[in-house]
Amino acid sequence: MRLVILEDYDQASEWAAKYICNRIIQFKPSQGKYFTLGLPTGNTPLGCYKKLIEYHKNGDLSFKYVKTFNMDEYVGLPRNHPESYHSYMWNNFFKHIDIDPNNAHILDGNAPDLQAECDAFEKKIEEAGGIDLFVGGIGPDGHIAFNEPGSSLSSRTRLKTLAMDTILANAKYFDGDLSKVPTMALTVGVGTVMDAREVMILITGAHKAFALYKAIEEGVNHMWTVSAFQQHPRTIFVCDEDATLELRVKTVKYFKG
Amino acid sequence: MPSNKSVSDAPIFQFTNCRILRNHELQREDLWVREGKILNPEKLFFDEKGSADIQLDCKDSIIAPGFIDVQINGGFGVDFSLATDDFKSGIDLVSQKILSHGVTSFCPTLVTSPPSVYHQILPQISVRNGGAHGAGILGVHLEGPFISKEKKGAHPERCLRTFEAGAFEDLLATYGSLDCVRIVTLAPEMQRSSEVIRELTQRGICVSLGHSVANLSQAEEAVRQGATFITHLFNAMLPFHHRDPGIVGLLTSDKIPAGRRVFYGMISDGIHTNPAALRIAHRAHPKGLVLVTDAIAGMGLAPGRHTLGQQVVEIDGLNTYIAGTKTLSGSVATMDTCVRHFLEATGCSVETALEAASLHPAQLLGIEHEKGTLNYDSDADFLMLSDSLYVQATYIAGECVWRRDTSGM
Repeated sequence: MRLVILEDYDQASEWAAKYICNRIIQFKPSQGKYFTLGLPTGNTPLGCYKKLIEYHKNGDLSFKYVKTFNMDEYVGLPRNHPESYHSYMWNNFFKHIDIDPNNAHILDGNAPDLQAECDAFEKKIEEAGGIDLFVGGIGPDGHIAFNEPGSSLSSRTRLKTLAMDTILANAKYFDGDLSKVPTMALTVGVGTVMDAREVMILITGAHKAFALYKAIEEGVNHMWTVSAFQQHPRTIFVCDEDATLELRVKTVKYFKG
Repeated sequence: MPSNKSVSDAPIFQFTNCRILRNHELQREDLWVREGKILNPEKLFFDEKGSADIQLDCKDSIIAPGFIDVQINGGFGVDFSLATDDFKSGIDLVSQKILSHGVTSFCPTLVTSPPSVYHQILPQISVRNGGAHGAGILGVHLEGPFISKEKKGAHPERCLRTFEAGAFEDLLATYGSLDCVRIVTLAPEMQRSSEVIRELTQRGICVSLGHSVANLSQAEEAVRQGATFITHLFNAMLPFHHRDPGIVGLLTSDKIPAGRRVFYGMISDGIHTNPAALRIAHRAHPKGLVLVTDAIAGMGLAPGRHTLGQQVVEIDGLNTYIAGTKTLSGSVATMDTCVRHFLEATGCSVETALEAASLHPAQLLGIEHEKGTLNYDSDADFLMLSDSLYVQATYIAGECVWRRDTSGM
């Protein structure tokens, strides 16, 4: 793996955005040759999205020939609810760029047959030729997407019940009222993300430090599902200084090079 | 990028680089329009997989809902209370000219007149949508003749009437028809006014209190019967008194029925109301303030003599008086001038000033689901304004119907 350590959140966001931008430009996407991007939600990638929007508005980056696949979406939340991941993606990314709406894929948490919706999503990824770069985050409990502790490391897109840690972490977005937080979600599996040609995980903040330690300095373990990426040929972890607080000094020094 | 044709073939417009008035604040958002209505772009993106056909750069303008003037007696030489042969072309002229003041909908107002005038004029006015031809007509505002002699202002005394004879029947006979009538101003202290107010309210007509010597109890009773508006607050009514606030007391009355709001018109031209009085009213009841012009035929014309119904008025700068007297009679202020003056006099926010001329009149008339806001699915009647609230362009149903030409006219 590569571990890229930047000084603070803003620099980490910028580094990640530049990496994505360069990947897309180098790929030279065009009609019939789309760059496929896997995308996360949450607090961590907000800075990265802002930078990507900036590059787009400067005329340096177009999403015209980019296809996106989001990692997850809540089940049972109306699509236009301010906390749905559809709303998040629209407000924080899609409305500011030139992506074709037909190319922006997000799981539908209100589909009549949820498993069929998940299977169809896997099929769409396959038809798009697989994912070129999957960008993800890490939960405080070491999960990627909603692959909570105990999720199979070969899992595919499916319906998941959310762990209490996750529900507690999400409560702040629902007026602090636990009863309002969705308890289930549709999510890409660990296996789905592992299929991507390249993976970039964004981790910032001291509260994620322990999860990062478990993910890269301990063994591959289904209790810390991000650890699966130790076995992926091309993974980059992008973090800020605070996220490295639980790592060994030796590890940090090695990667700071 | 082409939009998904399965829902609608109509072109989709995206107004970018602007600040729009939404949810009571100026937000940095794009405004999307399709088929004359404000469009929800998120719904368009996810449900229809659609995108904009045409993008327009608004150069950082403010976009606000079009202004709604519920009290305007004429302008540009046209007097709505004068029955002329070419009355229709007169109303067309005014509706077209006021587009440059940011008015996208209005209520042509008739002052106290003899029944023959109402019978001749009212059938010639119809409710109609706005467009390139001019601002939309929401209905007529009949100010008088059932008003108080003591507070007639510029209205001709010989045409004043009471309800004593036949109450509502008399009103109907006086006006001839109520088909396109939207607002009636009357004095509630008159005998049998309660039954008239009830009858008008039941017919969906907004009853306004004005040109009256009513005390607060009489005014509150009128509100109980259905009155919801006050015509040009402070003018042509008893002044505020600390033991009987009169009609002005409605602003802070605790006898307003639950769920109802009393609105009040203010002519903020700097003449009809001292800025301190404007501020008192605004601070006492900010959500009820409706800016009106009360403009007369001389608005838009050079100073001098003009008619106002049965009277002759004299214009000198911004002042308009009954010829030879010091009695104010309407104004020559334009709506955008009123908005700017209101902003300056009260020190309120830009959002508040804009809402006083758009959202509040729409709420008064119960049409805020179509007009007065930039909410999704409402009519795309809006303005592009500079930071100091000068109108740069006027749009009705998504079509540009007036634009300030770059020579600064």
